[in-house]
Amino acid sequence: MERLLSFLYTYRVFFTFFVLELLCFWMIVSNNQYQGEKYFNTSNRLAANLAGFSYNVRSYFNLRTVNEGLAAENAALRDQLEKEKQRLFFLQTGAHDSSALQRYTYIGARVINNSTQWYKNFITINRGATDSIAPGMAVISKDGAVGKVKAVSDHYAVVISLLNIDENVSAVISRTGHFGTAQWDGTDARYISLKYIPRHVKPLVGDTVKTSGYNAIFPEDVMIGIIQEVTLPEQAPFHDIKVALAQDFSTLSYVSIIRSHFRKEKDSVEQLTIGTRK
Amino acid sequence: MNRSLIVQIVGFFLYLLVQVLLLKNLVLFNVSFCFLYVAFILLLPVETNPLALLIVSFLLGFTIDIFYDSLGIHAAACLLVAFVRRYWLATITPQGGYDAGSSPTLSMGGLQWFLVYLVPMLFIHHAALFFIESAGFALFWHSMLKIISSLLFTLTLILLLQYLSFGKRR
Repeated sequence: MERLLSFLYTYRVFFTFFVLELLCFWMIVSNNQYQGEKYFNTSNRLAANLAGFSYNVRSYFNLRTVNEGLAAENAALRDQLEKEKQRLFFLQTGAHDSSALQRYTYIGARVINNSTQWYKNFITINRGATDSIAPGMAVISKDGAVGKVKAVSDHYAVVISLLNIDENVSAVISRTGHFGTAQWDGTDARYISLKYIPRHVKPLVGDTVKTSGYNAIFPEDVMIGIIQEVTLPEQAPFHDIKVALAQDFSTLSYVSIIRSHFRKEKDSVEQLTIGTRK
Repeated sequence: MNRSLIVQIVGFFLYLLVQVLLLKNLVLFNVSFCFLYVAFILLLPVETNPLALLIVSFLLGFTIDIFYDSLGIHAAACLLVAFVRRYWLATITPQGGYDAGSSPTLSMGGLQWFLVYLVPMLFIHHAALFFIESAGFALFWHSMLKIISSLLFTLTLILLLQYLSFGKRR
């Protein structure tokens, strides 16, 4: 026993190092899980305040473009609303249609922390549990899909950016209707790869890629980007497709969080069928 | 002794604030990061208690991680640097050994010695950081690009700061 203790004491530096490294790797692994850590990230109030302060300073430099974008979006929305009103005017007497129920609620938020240069990028927004944000909700901007909520505190939330090598989004090529998975390859923040589009499909440069609505996180038809380059390696079962992102992540400043009202219902129905298959 | 402790504590928070408020937003060409905060670990006195060094490095890395949303990654890299530092310093001891209470700075060992000390240590830190973050070697060459360019950026800034304080101390 005494020997063991003296052995431990002799190599105490190494053992401390070893134990602390183990702790680090445990944290890394548990943080990689989808709905991970709650306190030790930028949704932490102090960290969020500092990040928000830093972002406030930076945001002055792109106020003009942000305003222009918001004004354009406002105009487009007004336009849409007006069209919808006119359509509704004729439908007012129609029968009750469950598909016309409100499926999604949109909550606006401001980005207070963002990065595009890491392999695993995260975005912090200034809405949290008190604004009924919960992990798993989709985040979009006026130009397209942004990511999904990973962790929330009372007033802030951390979002997994599309620019995260662990993030997969079910996507569809609008022209052909074929499904694939959009995933970032970790190098260039302007492009994302579209995977698992089989050989027989002929995607063209310029085709739009949108979300498919299969995973019930993103609604259907949220813009992801436009196909920039298609290559088909010999023998490969799938195309290599490079998609130019519709949203420029380096200038992201305002986003909307989408709360899907039927997500639970859809998930539980799917769970039922998966259960019977076993 | 007490005074230098206070200086180190202030230094800890200074490096931390500069890193998360300023340098976090400063990434050149999307690949060149500046991790000035490592300099805090590297410039602590040679005779710092190794256990204390490990714990301080862990705390520094952990706090940085909170701001980078990368729980554990910076802490792991910092720990590695803090652990290796002792052996590297022992290997490159200048003739006549280290003076009591001296720090491994530019003014202590001269430019050549300082570079020999700094470059491998920064390389270890950056390599650990990016390879852990990408969870393997799948993005090896892109990670190497990030490591080398970040190393140059960080090194330049550390040297600049060293030259600035070097003149003052003489």
